[in-house]
This record gives sequence, structure tokens and C-alpha cells, in this order.
Amino acid sequence: MSVLEIENMTAFYSDFQALFGVSLNIKKGETVAAIGANGAGKSTFLRSITGLVKNNADTFLYNGETLTGKVASDIVGLGIAMVPEGRKLFPSLSVEENLIIGAYQQRPGNWTLDRVYQMFPKLEQRKDIAGTALSGGEQQMVAIGRALMSNPDMLLCDELSLGLAPIIIKDIYSALPSIKAEGVSLLVVEQDINQALEIADRIYCFQEGRISLTGKPEDLTKDQIATAYFGISYD
Amino acid sequence: MIEWANTIVQGILTGGLYAMFASGLAIIFGVMRLVNITHGDLIVLAAFIAMVVIETTGFNPFLSLIIVLPIMFVIGYMLQRGILNYTLGDDLLPPLLVTFGLSIVIQNVLLEVFSADSQRLKAGAIETSSIQLVDGLSIGIFPLITLVTAIAMIVGLQQLFNLTRLGRAFRATSDDATTAQLMGINHRHIFGLAMGLALGLVAIAGVLMAVRSNFDPSIGPTKLLYAFEAVIIGGLGSLWGTLVGGIILGVAQNIGAKIDPGWQILAGHIAFLIVLVFKPNGLFPRTRDD
Repeated sequence: MSVLEIENMTAFYSDFQALFGVSLNIKKGETVAAIGANGAGKSTFLRSITGLVKNNADTFLYNGETLTGKVASDIVGLGIAMVPEGRKLFPSLSVEENLIIGAYQQRPGNWTLDRVYQMFPKLEQRKDIAGTALSGGEQQMVAIGRALMSNPDMLLCDELSLGLAPIIIKDIYSALPSIKAEGVSLLVVEQDINQALEIADRIYCFQEGRISLTGKPEDLTKDQIATAYFGISYD
Repeated sequence: MIEWANTIVQGILTGGLYAMFASGLAIIFGVMRLVNITHGDLIVLAAFIAMVVIETTGFNPFLSLIIVLPIMFVIGYMLQRGILNYTLGDDLLPPLLVTFGLSIVIQNVLLEVFSADSQRLKAGAIETSSIQLVDGLSIGIFPLITLVTAIAMIVGLQQLFNLTRLGRAFRATSDDATTAQLMGINHRHIFGLAMGLALGLVAIAGVLMAVRSNFDPSIGPTKLLYAFEAVIIGGLGSLWGTLVGGIILGVAQNIGAKIDPGWQILAGHIAFLIVLVFKPNGLFPRTRDD
């Protein structure tokens, strides 16, 4: 049974069409990765799910409820949270306030400030400084913690590895299994193909606003992925 | 010597009222990044609403606030959600033009309904009573109440912004309205509440102004100018800065008036320009990382 079901989604930035009939579904507890080159429509797709980008779809259901026409602030209340590209911490808020504001809708669940600090102990030591004064990796931890504070059933992660050193990326990605263990479904947008293949149960490859390939990582060959990713074959 | 001390003390007390004008403006700019040209006219509107409430109910001006304040809050919320939210975006010009238009509309509606006659709210003996500190130096009770109210308002606002869920939502929405939506914050509603809050402050400022001095439909722009100067002297976005800004403006005006009665207003503007020359970002600019 799919938690998120999307059939034939289109989205526009004024006159520019960014998505052309994208279909995707995610089952409960599943980790799905969306890969693709810059400008392939991955981020637009995530932002469409959260309601930040206006979209049209034949089917757009979350837990059987339609998300079409819902505003972003209501969609969070239904249990979809996002870690936005570039972290986007609030500069006027301290680390702890950045986390607390994630729980603005007071949705019931297991995630509390203490649990986020347990997961990322560094943050507790630095809870009173401005969120934007942290290093990139620590900011990413705040962004993930902030999203978890809304007690989501589904977490959308946009480019977690962007601009971070490989060792930090490892740290960040090591947090995902414990989130998954809570039964949270994950939709991860990632340019780093290896990282995506490692964590995903299924992948969707985006190319020019369309899905060019989908499948389980173990069923796909490198060549298939390269063709779907770049639109050209290795050979 | 005592005369000069008196001039400065009276200036500080006047500054309380200017700080009150300014704090609403500072909130509107701080949360919405909206330059509210109609602020002065809303102060005058609050004074006229208080006048009607007092005539109808027989309340004294202070008591009238229990009706005027909620009315102004609702006007603020509706104004923001019905009109001003649609003007917000990357371009600063649309809200500027729309609030300028609103300013003209409010002035003319007030003129039509209440005529150009000068009005005043009467608060009784409190208007003229004072405490004598030393010979030649007295503090008026009413100006003192105004200053204390301004300080209390700023303390209250600081607490609201720093310690409450709503305050965090104000700050987050002000930083980044798009990301705030991802936290489940309805930014349009938050903007409405911020404008409602600001006009609640305007209600208090309007009533105190109307007890202290005459008012008529045309004085809004002058009040707007004082509010602007206080906000900019203080540094955009700093509430304590608006108090300091208001006090500097009040003291400068009183010193000007002491030298020559015709120099009162000019001296305030000159103080404003001097601060702008040496501290273009105001005395307490808000530091931001972005």
C-alpha cells in the first residue's frame, strides 16, 4: 500500500515547464532516492510535494488524502517534512529555537528535542548560538532535526550532501537508518549516485523533468543509470 | 542650568510618545519588510475611533482602549490579509505605493466624516498634574505615564518576540517566509497577526497622542515622519533602538524650541540627519548573517 501516490504530475515556474508527467509512489517505511543532473526537476518535484510549487497531477494522494490545492503549511501538518536544499536555517533563531520551530504544528509523535540531541550530541553543546554560526555539517544536522521535530511520517531530503566534505556526508547519512527505523518513509534527492544507491530501496532517475529510469539499485546496471542520468550511453 | 535640565527631561518624556509611534512601524518593517506609509494616518484613525467610543460610552480615554485596541487589531489583520499580503514580494515598490494610496484614502474619509476641525480627547485632571522634583523642574504625570507605557510596551514586545511560540514564528517568517511554511507556519496569517499587533500599539499611541495634543485628519504624515526618524535613528529592526531614537528626537525638538520656538521641528530633523551622516545604519542596527 503506497503512502504517497503521484500520477502524471506537471509543474511550472511561470512560463517554464519544470515537470512533465512525473509518476512516483512510495510505500510505508520505504527509502526512495531521486537522482539526476542539475536542473532535471528533482528539487522542483520535492517542492511540489510540499506545496511550495504549484502543480497539477491526475493523482496526488498522501495516505489516501488528496494534496492537490493544499498549502505548504497544511501539508506539514499531515506528516510530510522537508530538509530543504542549502539547509535554510533561520538566522535570527538559535540552534535550539531552530529545532523548536520545527514542532510548530505540535503534531504528536516520538521526536522530541532530547531525541534530536541524542542523535546529534554536538548540537546540544551549541544550542544557544545562532544556527547560521555552525559549520555546514552541523547546520545540516539542525535542518534534519528541525524536520524531525514535526514528527513526520515522510521525510523529504533535498541534496543532503551538497557542499559538505565526504567525511561529514558519511556522518549525516549515518543518521538516516535510525529515522527509517521509526517507520518514516524517506524520499531523498541526491546528485551523489553512489550515496543514493547505497541507501535506497528504489531509485527514480530524473532527466529534463521526466522520469527516465526506475528500479531497485541491485537490478540496474551502471550503464542503464548513466544513460538515464546523462541522456547518453557510455558506449 | 535647571532650565536646560528641564528642557532635556521634557524632551525625554516627549520621546516616549515618538517611541510608541515608532515601535509599530518597526514591527511592520521587521516582520513583513513593509514600509508602511499609512502609519501616521492609522494613528489619527485610532484617535478618531477613540473619540467616537468616548462620545458613545462616556468612558475616559484610557478605558476607551478596551474597545479601540481590539478594533485596531482587527483592522490591522484584515488590512494585511485583504490587501497588503498581495503587495509583498521581491519588489519594495508595490507596498510603498499601496500604503501611500491608503494614506490618502484614510485622510479623506476622516475629513469627510469628522470635518477638518481640530479635536482633543479629555482625560481630566491627570492632563495637567505634575510632580515637582526641584524648584523649576517638574515632571508631568501624563507625559510620565506615556514614557512608562512606551517602555512597558517595548519590554512586553521583547518578551513576546524572544520567548513565545508566536514570537519565534514572527522571527522565522521575517527571516525566510518560504522555509517558514515548511515548518507548518502559515505566513499570511502570521503577517496578519503582526499587523494586528502593530495596530494595537498604534491604538495606544493614538489615544495618548490625542490626550496630549490636538489632532485633525491631516496630521498623519507628520506623525509618520517622527516615527520614521525614531526607527531609523534607532537602527531598523531594534525595539530598544526605537526608544532611544524617540528620545533623541524629543530632546532635540525641545532643545530647538528652547533656543527659538520656531526651531522645534527643524531641530528634530537636524538631529536625525546628523545621526544619518555618522551612523547610516542607525545606532543599534540589527546584525544579520544573510
